[in-house]
Amino acid sequence: MNNFVGIDVGASTTKAVIIDEKKEIRGYSVVNSGADFEAAAEEAFKKTRENAKGKVSNKFFVLATGYGRRNVSFADQTKTEISCHAKGSFFHFPHAHTLIDIGGQDSKIIKVNDSGKRIGFKMNRKCAAGTGAFLEEIANRLRVKIGKLNELAKKAERNIQIGSYCTVFTATELLTKIREGIEVKELIKGIFDSVVKRALEMDPLEGNIVMTGGVVAYNPFLVNMFEEKLDKKIFVPPLPQLTGAVGAALYALEAKGGQNA
Amino acid sequence: MNEEKKVAIKKIQATGMMRKIMADYFYELDKASKEGSPKIAWCTSVGPAELLLSLGFLVHYPENHGAMLGATRTANDYIPVTNAIGYSPDICSYLTSDVGAFIKKETPLSRAYEGIERVPKPDVLVYNTNQCRDVQDWFSWYSRELNVPALGISTYRNIGKIENYNLESIVQQMKDMIPPLEKISGQKFDIDKLRHFLSLSYECTQLWKKILEANTAIPAPMSFFDGTIHMGPAVVLRGSPQAVEYYKVLLKELEERVANKEGAVEGEKFRLYWEGMPIWGKLRDLAEFFISLKTAVIASTYCNSWIFEAFDPEDPFMSIAQAYTEIFIVRDEYYKEKYIEEMVHKYKLDGLLFHDAKTCPNNSNNRYGMPERLEKKLNIPALTINGDLNDLRCYSEEQAKTNIEAFVEQLGAK
Repeated sequence: MNNFVGIDVGASTTKAVIIDEKKEIRGYSVVNSGADFEAAAEEAFKKTRENAKGKVSNKFFVLATGYGRRNVSFADQTKTEISCHAKGSFFHFPHAHTLIDIGGQDSKIIKVNDSGKRIGFKMNRKCAAGTGAFLEEIANRLRVKIGKLNELAKKAERNIQIGSYCTVFTATELLTKIREGIEVKELIKGIFDSVVKRALEMDPLEGNIVMTGGVVAYNPFLVNMFEEKLDKKIFVPPLPQLTGAVGAALYALEAKGGQNA
Repeated sequence: MNEEKKVAIKKIQATGMMRKIMADYFYELDKASKEGSPKIAWCTSVGPAELLLSLGFLVHYPENHGAMLGATRTANDYIPVTNAIGYSPDICSYLTSDVGAFIKKETPLSRAYEGIERVPKPDVLVYNTNQCRDVQDWFSWYSRELNVPALGISTYRNIGKIENYNLESIVQQMKDMIPPLEKISGQKFDIDKLRHFLSLSYECTQLWKKILEANTAIPAPMSFFDGTIHMGPAVVLRGSPQAVEYYKVLLKELEERVANKEGAVEGEKFRLYWEGMPIWGKLRDLAEFFISLKTAVIASTYCNSWIFEAFDPEDPFMSIAQAYTEIFIVRDEYYKEKYIEEMVHKYKLDGLLFHDAKTCPNNSNNRYGMPERLEKKLNIPALTINGDLNDLRCYSEEQAKTNIEAFVEQLGAK
């Protein structure tokens, strides 16, 4: 049986997914992208093969996506992460929806129609506000491990407003709030709220909403905050960080004439 | 196989002739600057150039110089110099790069043309605010620095229907300029000379229009990126027989391409509109990128902005006022949307690209919801690219290219 591989070389992490002809996910992995995209892609591919369930043949068709897609020399094809996220998202939620993907260095709003065709998209402007990089920088400034943000934000008992747009100015604003005695957990919830606001500024966000991306994967409380703000249920796929890689693998399957992915 | 494919931009054979007439133009200005005669006027690119030519001035266009600073990717060496004397990085980067180059006593002209060391020294500075207020501030800086008079026309802006009072004001302002200009040039105003230069400009403009309209053919013979280079003579040599002769040659070449079904983009699959300023430092790079995507950017507001159909030698002042007022940038949102809509139909376009130029709000038409309105009305997609005309700090290459590629993928999706 042939296998189809999607590799999403993102700014922060590289994700790989192997699917089979029945679109079943056989294996996946996430590694840091670092400064060598090719090496990261190879490592993710190797780990995915190693942890794949069942027998996986040596015949692969590889489609690379993400910022580093052109650095994956062993890929058979490339496609942008915008197309791949739409594909992966529609695979899990096959109805018209708006996808909010919050990645390491960019955020995207993608609209797909009832047949899965992408009908529009927006990316953040040339600024990291509202992305994973924003959260990383603030966590670093507050000396909080990035993996602790979600738990801390959940514990906050009140909402504080962060007025700044820019990451650096947000850090300065936080200093003022620290001097005012505001607790770290509330500051964290405040910066989560800032991420929500950035997304709301990008698009009216009507209809069904799906959220994906590494930031969502590690900070599910952010989804709750979006739900509260939008007053509706938000759908999240089982492996939100791998949505682009899944989409890439589905495109790989399509390219080789497999199922109508 | 996943490297960006290397592609070649098809050479336009007339380019050699254009280089020659542009070189002659810059050397003539340089000679006048060194000898003090004829007198030199600096003029905004859609300023009253024909009036200046009729009074015997040679005309230098700082915006053309700004574009050269952008295209040679030297603008970012100079913008900080002007920022440091109090001009914000958020204002026109033509202004900040041009002034910065002047302060540093450098110009791309000296690299392109042996023997030219400086931009030509002005005897007078003449602007028209039809494009923006920045041109006034730009010329005012030189006026103070060089102790040279700056004369200006203030144009009504955001105009829907053009009324007589819009034009009469401009006619009067042009007429008011004549006595000081006569004094500086030492020549008396002669309306027949004005008619002569206006006739030449009109001929130039008609040819330029036909050249752009050659792109209604499928495949389109010339890309927007080619157009931004080949419009040089329409900007700086309008009113000259050289520009007319050049555009006859270029038009013939493009007509041959059309007859042979030879497109600027091999295997043209999609046709796009470019709204807003070029990203001068990335022209070649973007041209190649679009070729690799088999996507032709073939119509634009920018290149069309040097079509002045109203010019009429029988009624010179009123027709100049009309021509320089009816251009896109002066008009209201309703007019602009209607204009783009007509372009979409005329050029059979599949999508719209809006360039949000950080330092050029007047020429960035995405900021008040126009792409979204046009998407709904025309049922074609629009994409906004963040960048700038000259300041490459405002342009993220990877982000822009991913957006463009995703947009083309969207056009191609079944």
